[in-house]
Amino acid sequence: MSLKLPLRELRRRPTRFLVATVVLAFLSTLLLFLGGLLDGLYLGSTGAIRAQDADVIVYSSTARDSFLRSRITADVRSEVDAVDGVDAVGGLGFVLLGADVPGEADPADVAIAGYELAPKGVPEVSSLYDGQGVADRRLEDQGVGVGDTLLIGPAKTEVTVVGWVEDTAYLQQGTIWVNLATWRQVQNANRPDAAVADDVVQALVVRGSGDLAAAIDTATGGATSTLTVEEAVLALPGVEQQNSTFNQIIYSTLVVVLAVVGLFFSLLTLERLGLYGVLKAVGASSGRLFAGVVLQAVVVTIVAFVAGSALAMAAAAALPSGVPLQLEPSRFVFTFTALLVASVLGSAISLRKVLRVDPAAAIGTSS
Amino acid sequence: MTVLDMRDVRKVYRSGDAEVVALDHATLAVDHGEIVALLGPSGSGKTTLLSIAGGLLAPTEGSVVVDGEDITGHDARRLTAFRREHVGFVFQSVNLVPFLTAEENLLVVDELGGGKGGRAARERARALLDELGLAARGSNMPSQLSGGERQRVAIGRALFNNPGLVLFDEPTSALDTQLGEQVMELIRREMKARDTAAVIVTHDTRMTHYADRVVRIVDGRLTADPVPA
Repeated sequence: MSLKLPLRELRRRPTRFLVATVVLAFLSTLLLFLGGLLDGLYLGSTGAIRAQDADVIVYSSTARDSFLRSRITADVRSEVDAVDGVDAVGGLGFVLLGADVPGEADPADVAIAGYELAPKGVPEVSSLYDGQGVADRRLEDQGVGVGDTLLIGPAKTEVTVVGWVEDTAYLQQGTIWVNLATWRQVQNANRPDAAVADDVVQALVVRGSGDLAAAIDTATGGATSTLTVEEAVLALPGVEQQNSTFNQIIYSTLVVVLAVVGLFFSLLTLERLGLYGVLKAVGASSGRLFAGVVLQAVVVTIVAFVAGSALAMAAAAALPSGVPLQLEPSRFVFTFTALLVASVLGSAISLRKVLRVDPAAAIGTSS
Repeated sequence: MTVLDMRDVRKVYRSGDAEVVALDHATLAVDHGEIVALLGPSGSGKTTLLSIAGGLLAPTEGSVVVDGEDITGHDARRLTAFRREHVGFVFQSVNLVPFLTAEENLLVVDELGGGKGGRAARERARALLDELGLAARGSNMPSQLSGGERQRVAIGRALFNNPGLVLFDEPTSALDTQLGEQVMELIRREMKARDTAAVIVTHDTRMTHYADRVVRIVDGRLTADPVPA
């Protein structure tokens, strides 16, 4: 089916579509920005947990699924070890602190993470000596380099960076992965109120098979609360609230897109009723005319999205590095798809008007 | 041979409980190459007759055969295809697609029929424009043409698919007398050259001598005039 007519109109009368295109371009930028902030916040908060190469994470039952409140003793650990289906168990602990970076005036925000079972992309813990750690790449922005010895927290505990890892941030802070002994040293020196004994960790990461969570919580007699890694990600402070807040704003913006496209093409259709009458009289079907409206909406949306994306990328490049904006390819795909759906739905508002155009109205009208 | 054969056609509009008879047992036959002027005051039913003859409206009673095709019971989809293939329309108001050139306005008919506007179609459009005295105007937009030129482009569009029947709705009402006569002369020449039947609705008696026959319509009823001199 030839749809030359609507395409020619777009080409020859671009100014007619300019306002809608500009408005949609700004809405595209807004959607990408909101999505980018959400992704940035989400990825920056959850990297250390998403990286866990494990099936479940075990917290103490009183911790309400928070690492900082959780304590797992050696007794509980041995109960977990003994559960059927458990293949490997490793301790995990976090502490959030400031760190003095050599040659930098401002301290860096770091998360010191003690581990036993290596998360994805993190070297085996046996490769690290006490006092050594591999740092998340985002700390590079705060002046950290490989070979630097950072002075962690008020106690100025020394940790030397020996390599980089990617995408393992924890609650917007760059993680430094260390062995459990180093983590305990940092924790106890800088947070004496929350000191941990030598055989105590905050949580356990567990590899295994079967319904591990239920089996573990039963075996410990309710002393533990076990979550899958995905649940643990959402249990991080603020993550779920961030997701739902941003998604609500994003979906509301999409409703605005739908309304903009709907109103714009309704008005355009209203203007064209006379022409549609004539075209129907000379043999155009309603389907063809409506397909033309949808096609124009889709083309306008594509052009607006390209312009909006360029604007979003330019703005993202100009932002200070502290803003957690991250433009992921998947976000572009989602935004583009959502815009297309909204514009097709929006243009469908004109369908009734197009269907109701009476070709007989073309006769006997003088204007 | 008869191109348009309307028999005993009634068209009744209902508004609430009242019935308005727009066309009352109208019978009209138009042969190949014949030009019929349909004359009548406003509200007499001439628009309704033209709409039914062109497959824009379905009659309440009676039968309509155009170019050998009985369209009386056609649904909207079949009527759309029928109009595209068998009937040409020239409307009263300026009705060209404003963002297409004169040549492209002719090709619209081809494109609506699924044609790709290929070389043969373009050549046909150019030949038609040449015949209509618009050879140099093919690439002009409607806004760059005079009223008479626009009406000639509309005539070209109506003729593009070689229809058996062309229906004209007050084709000269927007033109002054001189231009109107030129357009009527052109219509007569083109219809005769193609042996195409035409029904021309008009209220301008100065134009009726271009027709072979004048049919009057009053209150939905047809009465024939003697053949004009």
